[in-house]
Amino acid sequence: MTWYAVLGAVEQGLVYGIMAIGVYLTFRILDFPDLTVDGSLPLGAAISAVAITSGINPYLALLLAIGGGFAAGIVTAILNTKFKILHLLASILTMIALYSVNIRIMGGPNIALLGTPTVFDPVIALGIAPHYAGLLVFGAGALIVSAAIIWFLRTELGQAILATGDNPQMITALGVNTHFIIIIGVGLSNALVALSGALIAQNQGAADVGMGIGTIIAGLASVIVGETIFGTKSMARAIIAAVLGSVVYRLAIALALGLEFGRFSFNPSDLNLITALLVIGALIAPNLKRKMVAK
Amino acid sequence: MITIESGTKFFHKGSVNEVRALHDINLEIAEGEFVTVIGSNGAGKSTLLNGIAGSFFLDTGSISIGEHEVTRWPEYKRARLIARVFQDPLLGTCPSATIEQNLALAMRRGKRRGLRPGVRVRDRSYFRQELEKIGLGLESRLNDRVGLLSGGQRQALTMLMATLIKPEVLLLDEHIAALDPKTAVQILSLTNEIVAAQSLTALMITHNMRHAITFGNRLIMLHQGSIILDISGKQKKELGVEDLLDQFYRAQGEALATDSMLLT
Repeated sequence: MTWYAVLGAVEQGLVYGIMAIGVYLTFRILDFPDLTVDGSLPLGAAISAVAITSGINPYLALLLAIGGGFAAGIVTAILNTKFKILHLLASILTMIALYSVNIRIMGGPNIALLGTPTVFDPVIALGIAPHYAGLLVFGAGALIVSAAIIWFLRTELGQAILATGDNPQMITALGVNTHFIIIIGVGLSNALVALSGALIAQNQGAADVGMGIGTIIAGLASVIVGETIFGTKSMARAIIAAVLGSVVYRLAIALALGLEFGRFSFNPSDLNLITALLVIGALIAPNLKRKMVAK
Repeated sequence: MITIESGTKFFHKGSVNEVRALHDINLEIAEGEFVTVIGSNGAGKSTLLNGIAGSFFLDTGSISIGEHEVTRWPEYKRARLIARVFQDPLLGTCPSATIEQNLALAMRRGKRRGLRPGVRVRDRSYFRQELEKIGLGLESRLNDRVGLLSGGQRQALTMLMATLIKPEVLLLDEHIAALDPKTAVQILSLTNEIVAAQSLTALMITHNMRHAITFGNRLIMLHQGSIILDISGKQKKELGVEDLLDQFYRAQGEALATDSMLLT
């Protein structure tokens, strides 16, 4: 693996790390498996791409993407809480609907961002090489988002979100409307995923309706890899672990794609299979370990 | 303090499994009354408490607490007035949160939760002081996760959380039934101390006739969704377990010494 490939993997790991925090919020904290993310990642990309090509400031475009992602999450959460649709199904419905919505937003299946301003311009203007600019912006982004979420989860509202995932009966008896909390939590999660998508689009120079496929699996892989390597001792640690897990995951993928066994080597299209196997392995490992110990 | 007027509740209404869980309940509980609730399995004890707490809405009738008519208030809104302790010690606390985080959650019962820090430094000394009162040494373990505590410790913590800010009404749904006998007695006397110290209005479900007689200043017995016995004051103090059983048969007008009653 070349140094350049390592840089690229770390860069991707950091930007997808923001998405992984979103997945951590729903999957681990709210106990709400949310597949909306496969649609809200390209939604964020689409909104920011359309905004930028219409002449809107790229930083403002990020905010619009965050708003769009939040709205998508709210739809899923309302379907689940107010209309009693199973969370998994509710999120699949939103995801499918977003496929059409994203094409409507872009006016086609993709938009190129060639020669348009991006969030990297101010950094590049400082004289930093473009391939380090991405690293810098994404690193700063992942840091700011991690810090903000850690702060938020320690507030009164954040503590209520943690308690809702942990013990909904108890927190209801303490006067919290769990429906409202789930709506806020799933909204926030998808806002982060959309932000991640918006940054990716600006980095890659394009938004594509297909770019969200497998987002949830990559997010889960990051969360699980992070937990396994870096631990879950505290909530702050688990969130940082999700970001670092995302970096490790991207490095592992880059490494796997570079492997050659005689005439066999992996294609980029094998990525989803590799990821699925990785997640399956991580999910069943604790079970297998328990069985082995029992014997 | 609590007024229930012709409260009725069906489960599985309209199906073959229809159960009339509460039947035309009329109940008035004055401020500061500590009511013990007894009755056989399926008599409607938990349904009565859940109905007051708002776990579901009554099919007919109304409920008021203080000057609030709460009949159509959802459970989370009634929590402004009501604190609860459940039978399952795991239900009352958050296992992955620390002791101080759990207490801080309870400090905000029924209040708006905003973006201020969940645990405030100035609350810690108050938490320590209150934890000292329950005498389990938890005051030195504020940062331990609650999941590490035993069932009895968790139930004691739940009792404290329920009364950390004084509730208008305290509902105890067989809150010592899942504990070992020694711990059960400790939690029960803790309950008694707290109720007396804050002169709380409380309802306590119990399966133990002796507890029902010893604790509280009023006793009600439920059967098939109706209140069949309501004793208070001096009359209750003089009551024996045998009397209570006799009262039960007389109120029913039939011998009901079946296994399902589980009145011991």
